[in-house]
Amino acid sequence: MTSTPLATTRAGRSPRRRRRPVGGWGALLFAIPTLVIFGYFSWKPLLQGIVMSFQKWNFVAPPDWVGLDNFAYVLADPLLGTAVANTVWFTTLALLFGFPLPVLLAVVVSTFRGRTRTLASLLGYLPVIVPPVVAILLWKVFYDASDRGLFNAALGAFGLGPLPWLNAAASAMPSIVLEATWAGAGTALLIYLAAITGVRPELYEAAELDGAGILSRIRHVTLPQLRGVLLVMLLLQIIGAAQVFAEPFLFTGGGPQNSTLTVLLLLYRYAFSEGDYGAATALGVLLALVLAALSALYLAVTKRWEA
Amino acid sequence: MSDRSLLSVHDLRPRLSRVLIRFVQAFVLVGVAVAGAGPLLWLAFASLNTTQEVLRDPFGVFLRADEWGNVAQAWNVVDVDRYLGNTVLVAVGSCLMNLVVAASAAYVIAILRPRWAPILSGAILATLFLPGIVSLVPLYLTVLDLPPFGINLQNTFWAVWLPAGANAFSVLIMVSFFRSLPRELIEAARLDGAGDLRMLWTIVLPLSRPILGVVALLAIIAAWKDFLWPSLVLANSAVQPISVALPIVGKVTDLSVFLAALFLATIVPVLLFLVFQRQILAGVGASAGLKD
Repeated sequence: MTSTPLATTRAGRSPRRRRRPVGGWGALLFAIPTLVIFGYFSWKPLLQGIVMSFQKWNFVAPPDWVGLDNFAYVLADPLLGTAVANTVWFTTLALLFGFPLPVLLAVVVSTFRGRTRTLASLLGYLPVIVPPVVAILLWKVFYDASDRGLFNAALGAFGLGPLPWLNAAASAMPSIVLEATWAGAGTALLIYLAAITGVRPELYEAAELDGAGILSRIRHVTLPQLRGVLLVMLLLQIIGAAQVFAEPFLFTGGGPQNSTLTVLLLLYRYAFSEGDYGAATALGVLLALVLAALSALYLAVTKRWEA
Repeated sequence: MSDRSLLSVHDLRPRLSRVLIRFVQAFVLVGVAVAGAGPLLWLAFASLNTTQEVLRDPFGVFLRADEWGNVAQAWNVVDVDRYLGNTVLVAVGSCLMNLVVAASAAYVIAILRPRWAPILSGAILATLFLPGIVSLVPLYLTVLDLPPFGINLQNTFWAVWLPAGANAFSVLIMVSFFRSLPRELIEAARLDGAGDLRMLWTIVLPLSRPILGVVALLAIIAAWKDFLWPSLVLANSAVQPISVALPIVGKVTDLSVFLAALFLATIVPVLLFLVFQRQILAGVGASAGLKD
């Protein structure tokens, strides 16, 4: 950022200088909405969240300082291990399903021309437009575990299934990830598509003159040119997946047998089922530390990518 | 756009290669159509069938779609009209709040540039990298008992509107646009003796219409999609937006009427999307490059 401390130094000394000095009360007046809104609803809660993680909240008297008790409680909770493992499992599956798919789609869609390409992007982005709650509740109907459920009926036509989908511990998480992939792939598709459009045509020409076939052009031209975007999207997907909430909350509520209990679901339980705000904020701080590390990595990557 | 991309005319010359390429292209197009539009089409048709018909033969819903009573019932009896009205109120208020805060913040940071502007922009940017999850519980407590007045905002739309204004991403977009405005225009207005407010109102904002539109659209979509926060602070069914109401409605409503309610909840965003498709598609595609 280029910082110019005083606008007057830039504008030079004009005979009719502004009445108010830059940095005076005028600018402060315009900052009031920002200071009030960010102050009350962003900065204060963030700081208070860190403070509360060291406190025991008891609703009537002022909160007591309890040092690291909340952290000790959370770290000793056997459900934390389950929640972390489930979140890692969700993230892994989300990357397996959701990372390569939009890349491959974008490569093929980029070979379409004009209206066909617009149509394909439009159709691919449509699931992103559907409100997540509607999508989840609709897929819950699709996942009906009887052999009359939509997905089971489709599988049945090929002589497969029926699958238990959300009803069994082993298949619940993959089912959730399948829906989440459907709901999220459109954004990545459009971003990759824009990046592929930016690849210089000469590179393809040169590769073709060297005798490279289509697949080898994808591998040696398209994908290396997308390296930066791919890395950024990978990190963003991990950061997003680590904070998954609505899907497990609405699909399964964390079941069956806690197989879809994620970290955020556990935090929600601490705070809004058990009223243990100290434990909830402590878990929030722990998660935030992990996410901040990922964000720092993301920043470092984007910096290098731009340089 | 150039003619040449991954594929060239030479690729399409050999017959086998042409057939293969066309096959892959057709496969992807059909796949995207089925996955993208299929579920919504099914929802549209299924909501015009009786519950028994949907349960008996889920793929048969396309053949008979005549139960218009479901839609009427969802609208009137299940109160989808009220929930959608609440959603519109939530979205419009959040959008206005976003615009007011983002425009005034960006005006200070990018145009007025007081000495302390870097501190302000740093404090706003920092919230982008601190995950909101730390502040969920304290934010909830703040809304229950707004200091210093001790006002309880729960079950009022302000509980969603006010926090929606604290959107660092909107500020970021607006700042980078304001920075690109020609500085000479602003200096000229200064010399003509225009005050800060007049300059904002008559020069900066009129020039910023496209970006105000982008921020407004993003804010409306985000408000329409949000679930966790409104479910905490808009729990009363009189103020619930549709996303909060649907999971509860689903537990007590006949499947076919519920599907009609889901469909009604989807129409508005999908129509908005189709109307503004060019802006949205271009905006999303470019958003990966928006790292300032």
